[in-house]
Amino acid sequence: MKWAALMVVLSTGGLLIFATDDFPPWRDPHSPASEHVSPRYIEKSMEETGVPNLVTAVLADYRGYDTLFETAVIFTAGIACFLLLRTYREKEKESRLYRHVHTGLIVEVEAGSRMREASEHFERADRLWAPDDLIIRTACRILIPFIQLFGLQVLANGHHTPGGGFQGGVILGASLILLALSRDLRTATRMMPERISGLLSASGVLVYAGIGTVCVLLGHSFLDYAALAPILFVDPVQARNLGILGVEIGVAMAVMATMIVIYGNVASAGYYDEGL
Amino acid sequence: MISTLIAKYNYWIYITLMMVGMYAMIAKNNLVKKIIGMNVFQTAIILFFVSIGAKQDATIPVLEHSHGPEAHTVRALDYINPLPHVLMLTAIVVAVATLGVALALAVKVFNRYHTLEEDEILTQIREE
Amino acid sequence: MIWSLDLAVLTLVVGCGIAAIMVKDLLCAAILFGAYSFMMCLLWAIMGAVDVAFTEASVGAGVSTVFFVAAVFRTTRRTKD
Repeated sequence: MKWAALMVVLSTGGLLIFATDDFPPWRDPHSPASEHVSPRYIEKSMEETGVPNLVTAVLADYRGYDTLFETAVIFTAGIACFLLLRTYREKEKESRLYRHVHTGLIVEVEAGSRMREASEHFERADRLWAPDDLIIRTACRILIPFIQLFGLQVLANGHHTPGGGFQGGVILGASLILLALSRDLRTATRMMPERISGLLSASGVLVYAGIGTVCVLLGHSFLDYAALAPILFVDPVQARNLGILGVEIGVAMAVMATMIVIYGNVASAGYYDEGL
Repeated sequence: MISTLIAKYNYWIYITLMMVGMYAMIAKNNLVKKIIGMNVFQTAIILFFVSIGAKQDATIPVLEHSHGPEAHTVRALDYINPLPHVLMLTAIVVAVATLGVALALAVKVFNRYHTLEEDEILTQIREE
Repeated sequence: MIWSLDLAVLTLVVGCGIAAIMVKDLLCAAILFGAYSFMMCLLWAIMGAVDVAFTEASVGAGVSTVFFVAAVFRTTRRTKD
């Protein structure tokens, strides 16, 4: 079996290497890829959209249709993870573990009965995870607000620096995953319940498609942000600028919520009681 | 031969990386190794595409001096081609979405068969 | 665009990629995959694709590695091949 795989891989690699003979030399300014469509995007982007970051302008305005369906793909992946893994346990069958906060002693309570969750002396401990560490908990408590602030900054400055909706959304989602890693999954689920994250990911796609539909209702074509100029009381170039920002906000919401949904389902195998 | 090697060595390394990923997807028994191979393949393809957009003596695709009094004309030769970057941004995020679903499937398979090796799973399926 | 830096990072990338699929411990493979992702991000930053490098740094070396470690945590760590 391995020899057949090796033969297939070597023959495919050989064919591809044979095809590289026809490629243009690397970093050639006049290669066919850089001659036809992209000079127009580079030269006209500032006067048509007012966004200096060319990648954001092309992603959210000139090729905005692709980005809408990419957001829908991310949302579908979140739903697929949820549908595959999420199960609801009816009754607790195992004993629970509680940790005495001040001494670190672990108490095992048998199945059926439980201690108070919000006690100041005892807290719930996971069965499979490492013991609670003071350094990690304190460091993450200090870091998480700054990570979220940085995520918002990356999202808002997507027009002038490298960044934009995806990067900002992933950083925001990663801050909540860090909360789940440093404490436990129950704390993160309390901060961002499953219902809120599901609604947020759906509303991200809704914001994006909604902006496009508003453009249609105002008489222009789908995702033509110049149609928003009358209702925002700006000129068409500034309307395209603001349309790109609105669309990036929708993308960031969808990506953030989907990262949290996928992490919660995979790390707890669907049960949402003990996580990584 | 040597001149083509020096001219095209980077493309050959990208193709080697792609074939490493493809070999892992086909020949490895463990499911998580197959998923790692899938991701290696995807990032190698993204690397190949991004390398197409590079230009000699050009800067990053962010327009400089765009606001302010000295708004001069923009030459397309000064900036790297932004189109492959846009397409590959979509590809990266789709790759992570596919990774999430693939790992969810692997966890589900493990819950059912208590192993992640492909030959043991096939043996258990045949015995049912 | 220094060709020796490019070649060094490319060699590291191929080395990390081959090592990630050959080790017998799945947690080790997940961490090596994170290192591979980060080397890719460096390579794209060298080529000038800053947006793609930013996305790969946050998505590949951040969230993707955490997904792998979470999945290994929930399944098994040893593998035969």
